[in-house]
Amino acid sequence: MSIYYTKDHEYIRVEGDLGVVGISNYAQEQLGDIVYVELPDVGKAFELGDEAAVVESVKAASEIYSPISGEVVETNEDLNDNPALVNETPEDGAWFIKLKISDNDELEKLMSADEYSAYVEGLA
Amino acid sequence: MRYLPHSDADRRSMLAEIGVKSVDDLFADVPSSVRLSELPDLAHHTSEMGVERIVSDMAKKNLSAEDAPFFVGGGAYHHHVPSSVDHIIQRSEFLTSYTPYQPEVSQGTLQYLYEFQSQVAMLTGMEIANASMYDGSTATAEAVLMAHRLTRREKAVVSGGLHPQYTEVLRTIAKYSETALNELAPGPQLAATIIDAIDDETSCVVVQNPDFFGGIHDLQDIADAAHAKGALMIVVVTEIISLGAMRSPGEMGADIVVGEGQSLGNGLNFGGPYVGLLATRKKFLRQMPGRVSGQTVDQNGQRGFVLTLSAREQHIRREKATSNICTNSGLCSLAFTIHLTLLGEKGLRKLARINHTRAVKLATRLAEIEGVDLVTDRYFNEFTISVPKDAGQVINKLADQGILAGLAVSRLLPDHAQFKNLIVLAVTETVSDGDMDRLCAGLEGVLS
Amino acid sequence: MMNREGRPTTPKVSGEFARDTFTGNKGLQAEEALIFELGSIDQCGVDFDDFDDQPDGNLGELARSAPIGLPGLSEPEVMRHYVRLSKMNYSIDAGIYPLGSCTMKHNPRLNEKLARLPGFAALHPLQPEQTVQGALELMETLSHWLMEITGMPGVTLSPKAGAHGELCGMIAIKAALEARGEGARSVIVVPESAHGTNPATAALLGYKVRSVASGDDGLMSVEAVKAALDDDVAGIMLTNPNTCGLFEPEIVEIAEAVHKAGAYFYCDGANLNAIAGRVRPGDLGIDAMHINLHKTFSTPHGGGGPGSGPVVFSEALAPFAPYPAVKRDGDILRLDEGHGAQGLKADAFGRLTAFHGQMGMFVRALSYMLSHGIDGIRQASEDAVLNANYMRVRLRDVLNQPFGDKICMHEVLFDDSSLKDSDASTLDVAKALIDEGFHPMTVYFPLVAHGAMLIEPTESESRATLDQFIDTLRDICERASGDGAAELQAAPIHTPRRRLDETLAARKPVLRWVGDEREALAAE
Repeated sequence: MSIYYTKDHEYIRVEGDLGVVGISNYAQEQLGDIVYVELPDVGKAFELGDEAAVVESVKAASEIYSPISGEVVETNEDLNDNPALVNETPEDGAWFIKLKISDNDELEKLMSADEYSAYVEGLA
Repeated sequence: MRYLPHSDADRRSMLAEIGVKSVDDLFADVPSSVRLSELPDLAHHTSEMGVERIVSDMAKKNLSAEDAPFFVGGGAYHHHVPSSVDHIIQRSEFLTSYTPYQPEVSQGTLQYLYEFQSQVAMLTGMEIANASMYDGSTATAEAVLMAHRLTRREKAVVSGGLHPQYTEVLRTIAKYSETALNELAPGPQLAATIIDAIDDETSCVVVQNPDFFGGIHDLQDIADAAHAKGALMIVVVTEIISLGAMRSPGEMGADIVVGEGQSLGNGLNFGGPYVGLLATRKKFLRQMPGRVSGQTVDQNGQRGFVLTLSAREQHIRREKATSNICTNSGLCSLAFTIHLTLLGEKGLRKLARINHTRAVKLATRLAEIEGVDLVTDRYFNEFTISVPKDAGQVINKLADQGILAGLAVSRLLPDHAQFKNLIVLAVTETVSDGDMDRLCAGLEGVLS
Repeated sequence: MMNREGRPTTPKVSGEFARDTFTGNKGLQAEEALIFELGSIDQCGVDFDDFDDQPDGNLGELARSAPIGLPGLSEPEVMRHYVRLSKMNYSIDAGIYPLGSCTMKHNPRLNEKLARLPGFAALHPLQPEQTVQGALELMETLSHWLMEITGMPGVTLSPKAGAHGELCGMIAIKAALEARGEGARSVIVVPESAHGTNPATAALLGYKVRSVASGDDGLMSVEAVKAALDDDVAGIMLTNPNTCGLFEPEIVEIAEAVHKAGAYFYCDGANLNAIAGRVRPGDLGIDAMHINLHKTFSTPHGGGGPGSGPVVFSEALAPFAPYPAVKRDGDILRLDEGHGAQGLKADAFGRLTAFHGQMGMFVRALSYMLSHGIDGIRQASEDAVLNANYMRVRLRDVLNQPFGDKICMHEVLFDDSSLKDSDASTLDVAKALIDEGFHPMTVYFPLVAHGAMLIEPTESESRATLDQFIDTLRDICERASGDGAAELQAAPIHTPRRRLDETLAARKPVLRWVGDEREALAAE
């Protein structure tokens, strides 16, 4: 299982031909208390960089962009009742969508966990 | 000048402290080509007494509802507002406070908004309501855009019974937001015509109850037809007191209810400020425009209220906001909620019955006049009659006699010859028997 | 007979007790329940005279059957409820309200008296024209004042608020482009520092928003604007003075560049209080501008509304102004409501609201304008700018101006860089001001300044008030470094409520009374 990150702080965890997408710990810290997550419909197809979801905190709203191209096969219904999960377990329990990856080559454009850590440190 | 605290000495010493010679230096960034060397050609300052004279001279040139038998409705209604209402809204803490962005010093505003939202939801038979919009017509336009977002469709079907000026607003918004409007021909609302117009591309159907001509309807069939095609039903209520006597739009299948709250707490004011109402189902909450006050607790666990769900609004979502709206109707919504609290359920029901009973009484008397026909069979406090002469001229002649006899339909729909004999009359609790006598006598005279 | 009932008249020194009161009230500050907890569906505070009641008239099966659930109260109970609620609110009448871009000036009560004259208050918008000539005259007079002050040849009074005015101005631009056959232009240029209503309005009309950054000096350069202009741009939306409190020196050149590119210039008039009577926005080359009567012209903020947002237009856009319009026909005033036969406004883009606009606010605004006169309006603008600069020079050593220390207009912008070594934030400073009896300045807007504090004192504040606010803010800033931060983070402590849980309010929205939601919330 491998995990990749984008400059916009999305992660994608590859499990077979599926990519599990969410936001990083850094992102949830920046946003503050998450109050709502707007998820796409199952079956929706995204190109790399399309707006896939919206995360709302009390004072801010942030678009979440799809890190790769693919089709939504599942969305995390737990987030409807408990958006706080995004703050508590952003990289495990609080995944947003599962995408069927259409082009594995796109993963090469993303950062590894180490590269992302270095990137985040540079932002501080 | 009485509103400016500084003396010339104050100004001089403050300028010195700032380190400039004159106030002109503070405007140094203004290009010299656009600095005014002379004042624009307008009057100079005037005492209170002087201003009162000028403005009251203008007021005296108007014939108001207090000086004439009065029967004009058409989306704004003359009701009696208890004197406590106007007194309370003029308290400094309500009149001169701002939007409650700092909740610790705005609990008064936030609590009354919560109470207002609750009352509006209850009245309309819906689950939630916002903290008000500008007025009924703009609230209707916002509801249509909300329906487009919810259904991901872009075509609204608009009943011919909708207030013509509301329809004009929808037309403007549709044109410039590049969405579609199917405007049915104006006239008393007919369910069959509306149902026929709903198709798979319809996002919503906009109906009014009572309609512009005063007629009241059961909307369930329209709701069912809309829902069957995946569309929403938006119900417009321009006379909010009607909900004291009639089944609510929520009970008839409405998805969004919009209304004009002016009848409660707010006078006619020549068209504004009024108070728009918007109520809907909980599941549509995220797409609901406008401000909303929500309950929470403070750090000591005490109940309090805050503006919430702000992430829908313009100051956060900017171009992705549910609306560009910034203000609500503040003081007008306060007047509404105070009046409704004074009335309570019992008082509202009684007030509504009085309105309806008096309307039935007048309608019956008018129908007895030679040449006058009652066009609306079922109504609340507003109905349409047809007269054998040009309605606009009849209204004008009665106005010249000091009687404000109602609204000629041709005033709002002048290009429709079929309406030129129609007058819409509203009868509220303010109409006395003497007023009815004068109207009937006057009308008989004008028609003979 | 001697009165032997003595009692002490000098207070003895006694101890301090920290016990909560039995009621939760604190002296004059009362706790107040909801009307749903106080009233009942059987109570009523309004009396009706007897009348001939007809059972249900002709409502039939449409008559309401089930109860609504609305509580009523007697008149004294209603009065007490709202008076107690009012005491939990801060207000301009009670103290300085230095909210940047809101122009919280004094609300004269003369305005209230005149708006309530029955000749205005009890007038129906759809009465025959000959019965409302005085109202039309007031609208005509107000229109004249607005056009003269702004130096613009066209005006509409109908928009209900500032944001509604923005919509009006932008629709006029869209209509004008369509009339020229250039309706395909799809982009609106908006500065990053713009108020949220600007991009929201553009998006509503189907435009794409192209953002432009200001320079390091906080100003919009004509070069930056030119770089953003092309054949696809329909218009630009700028605020002047801008949201950082600075007058845009290149605005005339910007207007020229915008027109040269075939686009129109929308000006957000929120900050008109800085320049009214000294500069006419029309001379700057703008095409449309909304005016917030509730800001510049003193109509009351009313806890969030109602506002009023008339829009002034250039020659190019004036023909597209919406219905209705007041027109003079010799001695008679007419209301053109957009019906073809009258033909007075053939190109009008349509109607934005039922009826004619916020007449109640027109009466108030005109009363204010007549009271000040144009000389007073100019003096008010000068005092507003004077007051903001006075605050600037007395605070500049404790707070940082993000674009350098220089002359500002009617508001001064600081960022939170002076707090960077402290645990206290802009928010904590604001809450500490509340404990000191002040409403805080605008915080976290504009977004271009980190932890922004935008202070607009207005001309209504005396030097003594300004000094007190400044000294307090200086004291807070000093306390922010070192141990003082914890105290600021705990503020406010003297208000009816401490800091409220906004996360809970958004995660579990409770937006209306349902009977037992108080238990449900306690269970969280």
